Amino acid sequence: MLSFVVRRLAVAIPTLLILVILSFVLMYAAPGGPFNSERPLPPEVLANIEAKYGLDQPFWQQIVNYVWRVVTAFDFGPSFQYKDRSVNDIIAQGFPVTLTYGFWSFAVAVVVGVSLGIAAAVRQNSWLDYLAVGITVGAQVLPNFVMAPILLLLFTLWLGWLPGGGWNGGQWEYLVMPVIALSTSYMASIARITRSSMLEVLNTNFIRTARAKGLPMRRIIWRHAMKPAILPVLSYLGPTFVAMITGSVVIDIFFSTGGIGQFFVNSAFNRDYSVIMGITILVGALTILFNLLVDVLYAWIDPKIRY
Amino acid sequence: MLPNAARVKSVGEAAEIAAVQGRSLWSDARTRFFKNKAAVVSLIVLILIGAFALFGQFIAQYERDTVDFTLMGANAYQGVPSIETGHYFGTDSSGRDLFARVVQGTGISLMVGMVGAFVAVMVGTLYGAIAGYHGGRVDGIMMRIVDVLMSIPFMFVLILMLVIFGRSIFMLFLGIGLISWLDMARIARGQTLTIKNKEFVEVAHAIGVSPFRIILRHIIPNLLGIVVVYATLLVPSLIIYESFISFLGLGVQEPNTSLGALISEGASNMAYGVMWQLYFPLLFFVLTIFAFFFVGDGLRDALDPKDR
Repeated sequence: MLSFVVRRLAVAIPTLLILVILSFVLMYAAPGGPFNSERPLPPEVLANIEAKYGLDQPFWQQIVNYVWRVVTAFDFGPSFQYKDRSVNDIIAQGFPVTLTYGFWSFAVAVVVGVSLGIAAAVRQNSWLDYLAVGITVGAQVLPNFVMAPILLLLFTLWLGWLPGGGWNGGQWEYLVMPVIALSTSYMASIARITRSSMLEVLNTNFIRTARAKGLPMRRIIWRHAMKPAILPVLSYLGPTFVAMITGSVVIDIFFSTGGIGQFFVNSAFNRDYSVIMGITILVGALTILFNLLVDVLYAWIDPKIRY
Repeated sequence: MLPNAARVKSVGEAAEIAAVQGRSLWSDARTRFFKNKAAVVSLIVLILIGAFALFGQFIAQYERDTVDFTLMGANAYQGVPSIETGHYFGTDSSGRDLFARVVQGTGISLMVGMVGAFVAVMVGTLYGAIAGYHGGRVDGIMMRIVDVLMSIPFMFVLILMLVIFGRSIFMLFLGIGLISWLDMARIARGQTLTIKNKEFVEVAHAIGVSPFRIILRHIIPNLLGIVVVYATLLVPSLIIYESFISFLGLGVQEPNTSLGALISEGASNMAYGVMWQLYFPLLFFVLTIFAFFFVGDGLRDALDPKDR
């Protein structure tokens, strides 16, 4: 097991390095620097500013410095746009917010999705099954940026039950709509995957044997069918996790939650490269870490996988 | 050589007659597909939406970029959708005819989805087939590259690219294409692994057909079923991607528009009593995605022997 984790890490580190270098090269190749504005600065001033941010050094020196700083000190450097803040400050401010509603959305998507899928599979062709299939098909066409305005219409404008935006330290009223908007379409996908894999498992011989022996259905499902049925869901968790973080971009715009997505989009429009890169690398690292976690979990549940 | 050529011709004709009488995989699949009511209805909806995108401009009473200045500030009660004024879907916040804009938005969204899916499927299938056919070290390296690319958060890299190289439809195509061929490559590789051990590939190999030709003429035609299914399911997810990017304001730029950009505009004007700006683009978006999903499901049931 340990050697498996080590080997996976050995792949993960070059991946991350490629991501860092890729985003740095993209940034370097960009026409126009972050300090080019409508009113051009005097060349001496520009030279001074560039020297301050290390932009006057040759390309290789810059990239080595950057990678070195990120790897050793986890320091993404100063923001080009907000003079008094570093990228780390911005991440420290936005990331906990994103992580909070991301975590809840993830939990809702997995728990509700898996339960719905199992319920539908066990009672195949009942009204419950049709309801579940209906919900999953409907929710599939509702990505977060469609879901968010619908929720706002319903709960804020018409019913007036929930505040239309803001964060307020993550009180539950402020969490409800972001979590629903973010989790719905993934909940639907997870339910669909669970349902079909559960149906497949329930039709196998060992389940028939268990039923013939007279085991109660509840026990069959939890003890025997659950493990093999959950495997396809596991491999879908990686993309779900990425979507929760990426969805932050939409959630922050609609609900003004102040997460990392808001900073990402603002920096994208302001050409604040260091912030964009910092966030991209952070999300990349998290993605890789999470995928590793899923793989380990997968290997732990499925004894057929050798590592 | 002449008699030989004549014989080949007659064999060809014989094959043609046999093909008419026999039941090929594709005609079987067609029968199965047309038995699926949801898929057939969705196909009709899709054709209607396509016709709307192609010919809607002839029905529209206004050009899509004509600004009606008399509506300024009075949009909420004068730009209401109505048959009399000719603004079937009302007007947007700049006083442009929303019907014409929705026509264009639907067209661009469909185009991005289909062209993107086409590129992704071409690249992915070829890549996967080559990796699967060669196997061994080549396969290892090629699939490792796919693994590495897959674990990069592409939405962020795509936004980075759009910011740095400017926002253009070409960049959008490139970025979306870069994301979406990866899954196809995996699927194609998996299928190729099972196909390449079949007798007909062995025969082709034995009579000295070059590997590239085997892949092109013998392996890829046998991947076609799964490729078609995947492509139909890929189109809606690409439309969602594109809408997401356009929603952020990084995708299709004014005066052009796409469904995502229209939804974004409608959503930001929600509070001013101009709901139709959200309803109509949303309706077309949801209908298109729905229809593609159902057609894709229908095709899978018809073509994929495993799920039958």
